[in-house]
Amino acid sequence: MKPDEDRKPSGVRPSLFLERQSYRRRRLSDAARLLPFLGAALLAIPLLWPDGQGTQEGVSLSSAIFYIFTCWAAMIVASLVFGFAARRMRVHDESEPETDRWQR
Amino acid sequence: MATLNILILVCLGYVVLLFGVAFAADRMAAAGRGAWLRSPLVYTLSLSIYCTAWTFYGAVGNAARSGLEFVTIYLGPTLVMISWWWGLRKLVRVGRSQRVTSIADLISSRYGKSNTLAICVTILAVLGGTPYIALQLQSITLSFSIFAEADPTGLYREGSSVFWVATGLAVFAILFGTRNLDVNERHHGVVTAIALESVVKLFALLAVGAFVVWGIAGGVGPMMDRIDASEIGQWNVDAGRWTTFIFLSAAAFVCLPRMFQVMVVENADEGHLRTAAWAFPLYLLLMSLFVVPIAVVGLDLMPEGSNPDLFVLTVPLSQGNDWLAMLSFIGGFSSATSMVIVTAMALSTMVSNHVVMPIWLSTQEGSGSVSGDVRNVVLLARRVSIAVIMAMGYYYYRLSGGGAALASIGLIAFAGVSQILPALVGGLFWRGATRTGALVGLTVGFLLWVYTLLLPGMDGVLMPETVLQNGPFGFGWLRPQALFGIEGMDPMVHTVMWSLSLNTIAFCVASLLSFPSPLERLQGAQFVNVFDHSVAPRGWSGSVAQSEDLMIMTQRILGAGPAQEFFQAEAEQQGGRSSLPEPTPAFLERLERELSGSVGAATAHAMIGQIVGGSSVSVEDLLAVADESAQLLEYSSQLEVKSAELTRTARQLREANAKLTQISEQKDSFLSQVSHELRTPMTSIRAFSEIMRDTEGLSAEEQTRYAAIIHDEALRLTRLLDDLLDLSVLESGRVNLNVGDDTLRSVLDRAVSSALAGSSRKLTVRRSKTAERIPLQTDLDRLGQVFINLISNAQKYCDADEPVLTISAHDVGGQVVIDFADNGSGIPPEARSMVFEKFARVGVDKAGGAGLGLAICREIMQRLGGEITYLPGQGGAAFRVRLPMAYQQAAQ
Repeated sequence: MKPDEDRKPSGVRPSLFLERQSYRRRRLSDAARLLPFLGAALLAIPLLWPDGQGTQEGVSLSSAIFYIFTCWAAMIVASLVFGFAARRMRVHDESEPETDRWQR
Repeated sequence: MATLNILILVCLGYVVLLFGVAFAADRMAAAGRGAWLRSPLVYTLSLSIYCTAWTFYGAVGNAARSGLEFVTIYLGPTLVMISWWWGLRKLVRVGRSQRVTSIADLISSRYGKSNTLAICVTILAVLGGTPYIALQLQSITLSFSIFAEADPTGLYREGSSVFWVATGLAVFAILFGTRNLDVNERHHGVVTAIALESVVKLFALLAVGAFVVWGIAGGVGPMMDRIDASEIGQWNVDAGRWTTFIFLSAAAFVCLPRMFQVMVVENADEGHLRTAAWAFPLYLLLMSLFVVPIAVVGLDLMPEGSNPDLFVLTVPLSQGNDWLAMLSFIGGFSSATSMVIVTAMALSTMVSNHVVMPIWLSTQEGSGSVSGDVRNVVLLARRVSIAVIMAMGYYYYRLSGGGAALASIGLIAFAGVSQILPALVGGLFWRGATRTGALVGLTVGFLLWVYTLLLPGMDGVLMPETVLQNGPFGFGWLRPQALFGIEGMDPMVHTVMWSLSLNTIAFCVASLLSFPSPLERLQGAQFVNVFDHSVAPRGWSGSVAQSEDLMIMTQRILGAGPAQEFFQAEAEQQGGRSSLPEPTPAFLERLERELSGSVGAATAHAMIGQIVGGSSVSVEDLLAVADESAQLLEYSSQLEVKSAELTRTARQLREANAKLTQISEQKDSFLSQVSHELRTPMTSIRAFSEIMRDTEGLSAEEQTRYAAIIHDEALRLTRLLDDLLDLSVLESGRVNLNVGDDTLRSVLDRAVSSALAGSSRKLTVRRSKTAERIPLQTDLDRLGQVFINLISNAQKYCDADEPVLTISAHDVGGQVVIDFADNGSGIPPEARSMVFEKFARVGVDKAGGAGLGLAICREIMQRLGGEITYLPGQGGAAFRVRLPMAYQQAAQ
């Protein structure tokens, strides 16, 4: 049987500080994790818009479309970037543990 | 003008094309070619069954009614996809490592393989899925009717067309969804067909959108002006609905059975999620890009009162662009068919696995092994389930009449399946989630959904109008659309808010209060910590390496020769030139069977699973392995027990043999001793009788003396023979005991007086008469005989100047212990083991007896259930008699 390539050999304690490269990778995955929260916050902004029922001038539909679709596209691009970064991460460092320890 | 007949022809042609694609994909997958079938692109496109006819037609209708609200339905899944690192990755990993076949299977598997939960989820999914299927049938029928109106020559009947559409979809789903019974439940053919359909529907919608923007409005700028000028030109989306719908669509995206099917079950590689994370949101964006323009232009161009749900079709038709309308129709048709096929497949898997099979298996009880025909039963169950589900959708459509706006039915279904979310998320991230919690949460959410949304939505069919207005039995705070007196909320928002929040609370509280079973806790740990328990599944590309691994493992188990032969034969059968066969499912199955002959089915399955990958060993596998090893252990322990028994028997035989030999020797020595003992008195009797016969002139005095000697010797002979007779009776066990009651004291009194009577030697007997007041129930005469023997022995053999015999009695735990100790020199140690043997005499000088006395004593005591032993260390000769206070028959 093939040995598990995705795991560190047991008995080797992970060092307290990571190398600069691994450190950047970790922060990149942190950013990927935070992305949905950013997206949700951006999509919550229309809740603050005036609905045009009162005296205020409402937001025109074309601006609304422009805003929402721009946010949407930005999320897609960010996700694309993180996706490729994650792929490079895996290729470069096979011994990196699958999961971050702090997650548990 | 495109006639209805052309339309039908195009439809049929399209279906044939789908059949062809699905068939070819299945063939390629079976042949092991077609890696692109498992590419991230196909995976992403297959996810787009999320966009059903509801979104294809209904989104435009929704936009025409309430502006940008429609976009929430796409934004929710977008958020889910970009947070794949948090959630979907884990879901997919769990699904693959546990070989999950449906969302009901996942929930049941997480909560200790509870079938009750699986049935609950199945019911929920079927209830939510049926109206949804009806919705698709409705959209196809509506789009047909548009063309029928435009073509007065065609013969069009709505009822029959729905029927034929439903039948056709059922046949397609049956043909490609239930062709094979794969462990992983992957259906390459269907997935590929769906991917094609998603391309078609995207292309159709984009084409219509481009036509509207550039063909009718005249570019992006004028289009934007036109949008702002239209009746929906201002942002006026209700905040509650905006948030709720984004959340609801996100929840439904994960929980919908068909989404789970394509996203988790059909997933071939976890890495595909990385691509889908951006590609699928992009697909959704493209799908919704032209929705508002089409709606605005439709509102402008179409006459008042025309159905906005069908603007995608009617706008091109009204502009005389028939071919575009045809394309748009095919797009809608694609959306409907792909959704219905996958939903029917997913639901039928759930129904057959969790409802039909348990029932079937329980009716088959007692027939023992059911391995052979189960596969056929499963397939049949799935086919029937698909047909039944489609029939339900058809009848729902016929009953509801297809009046309601498309969007509302879809949202009701969304709210229904979202009730699974707390149990699903809790199961994936919280080890404390229990079966009871999931069951309670699901039930609460389901009931609230039915009560606040499903029943009120049926227009008074099942729920009277008065209940809706005043609450059940007049309880105002229980009004279905204003629970706890909170009024004025949008019904959808109201239902989602109450059902999901109470569902979650019930789930958490019941989980905290209940205690999970061991299997549940194991599964919980496996799910929550799935990244620690499983490795990332390897692809199938390294197939030769896998074969090598398999070969190595097989050699270890079967031995080198048979393993090589087996692999050679397989490779030849596959027709490959390599000496190693490709690890096709058929080969793996045969190999597993081969191995299971040696190591047991569960172990073989687990071992092959380890090498081929894709799934880690599940708890069930481990339990099965444990069962097998337990059986082996039991067998070996049985062998051990038997071998120990044999050893014991052999030892017993040896002992018995030794004893027999010893007894034979004893018998020989006994015979010689008896003849010797008999011979001595006989010799003197013969000698003196000869003297008396032959010698003349004997004086009377001499005669008397000789006669006395003869008489004495005869008496001695008689006594010897009496003793022998007694002993033989005792030894053979034929003695009749005469059990009576008395105290020890009187037995001793009698024994002492009769032993000392008429004896010249003086013997002082010391007794403690108070201690002897012990009641006895035994054969008193025999016991007395033992005592007399012991006392007269002391009298005969005690060599002290003033012989004293001390008799002491104790009561030791229900047994009487009587010690007879004299003050003589005692019995020398080397003789102590011999004193109870027959004819054993200590010192030949005082030959008064035949040496049978103590032997008889021992036999008597054995008969009485007691014993007599020599008691060393008492100064003189001492014997201990021990017997039970009450004679027990069993002791005999």
